[in-house]
Amino acid sequence: MARRILGTLALILIVTGLYWGLVEAPPDARQGETQRIMYLHIPSILVAYLSFFIVFVGSCLYLWKGERRDDNLAHSAAEIGVLFTALTIVEGSIWGKPTWGVWWTWDARLTLTAILLLIFTGYLLLRSLIEDQRRAAVSGAILGIIGFLDIPLIHMSVYWWRTLHQPPSILRPDKAPWDNIDPAMLWPLGINFVAFLLLFFYLLSLRIHLGEVEEQARRDRLHDTA
Amino acid sequence: MTGALRQVYWLLWKDLLLEVRRRDNLLSMFFFGLSLLFLFSFAFEITSDNVAGMAPGLLWLAFMFSGTLALGQLFQGDRENDCLDALLLAPMDRGAYYLAKVLFNFSLMALLEIFILPLFGILFRLDFWHLLPDVLLYTLLGTLGFCVVGVLFAAVTLRARARALLLPVLLFPLMIPVILGTVRTLQIILGAGAAPDLVPWFRLLVGFDLIFITAGFLLLEWVLDG
Repeated sequence: MARRILGTLALILIVTGLYWGLVEAPPDARQGETQRIMYLHIPSILVAYLSFFIVFVGSCLYLWKGERRDDNLAHSAAEIGVLFTALTIVEGSIWGKPTWGVWWTWDARLTLTAILLLIFTGYLLLRSLIEDQRRAAVSGAILGIIGFLDIPLIHMSVYWWRTLHQPPSILRPDKAPWDNIDPAMLWPLGINFVAFLLLFFYLLSLRIHLGEVEEQARRDRLHDTA
Repeated sequence: MTGALRQVYWLLWKDLLLEVRRRDNLLSMFFFGLSLLFLFSFAFEITSDNVAGMAPGLLWLAFMFSGTLALGQLFQGDRENDCLDALLLAPMDRGAYYLAKVLFNFSLMALLEIFILPLFGILFRLDFWHLLPDVLLYTLLGTLGFCVVGVLFAAVTLRARARALLLPVLLFPLMIPVILGTVRTLQIILGAGAAPDLVPWFRLLVGFDLIFITAGFLLLEWVLDG
């Protein structure tokens, strides 16, 4: 029941946020209508970051306590994280073509996002290629931890390598968020961010439930054969 | 501590002795690296003008591919005749086993690099003989970083299906700081980059080595259990 309420709330907010962002909010002074993809792009990547952080936490907890629940959390978050990272890259490409004139460029943050996608697709691949459930969980946890520890280093190295992406306009160290962006744009962005968060938790709870059902089915099958 | 060091010493000695008697790893790695050098000369137009900029990247591709082949074989000897089970039953620190494997793979790659570097200089007329100590230092720093993560994932993928394919898929994205770090430092040494950038890249390489040797040391225990 709680999950259904969460899902409905997410749906309502997404519809509101999209209407506000795509119709009500003013077009950008320089980029025009294409800038509107920001209302999806930024929430997507923030949700993806959140999921990879949850993969890290779940992996650490699993290695520490050894409970299936924590592994299920990490695995579920990884799947959703991969989905939202892929979405972010697609949205970025759609925006990049009219703005920069290219679908893809080897800019620092683009490259970093693509590497995140590679690492966590690798995570899902690794888990699917190991039969033994416990071993798959341990292997996944190790990759979840090492991958997360590696992100700051990859970030630094890729950033030094090159950068072209437009500087962040929301999370800047020198100014508060509401000084950098017009309120007419900040509101739909904020609503979409909350909507994506709710969507994330809705999908996560669905996926965790699926994991539990699978685990139960596996146990029942073992019980029947015994 | 001396006890653990002695364990590392004997485990490493065992692997090195096997390698000296069989010579299967080093010989195949050497000829693989050599054939890559030939492929490079067909695939790229390498002239005396661009060789300083291209050499680091080409050398690192050769080292990494050969190193990945070696990683795939790393636990093979111990798995024959259930030797690994016996090793794990012995009153031995799991961390010592990890360090011995890292040092063994590091020695293999270091030997390969000592052979390949001068050969590269001769084949592509790269005049870097007076810079060779510096080149070797940064190459070995990167090689250590490659081995500390590589050994952990060689163990993680040990019981996965399609593990020969899976290992590089997982490893290469995680290796990006090492690749960029070594390639950039070598380019600077060879005169194809800005000299003040050397120190941050050097720190990045050392940081990578330290972070992941600690992580690998702590995490290998879970990989080998069960």
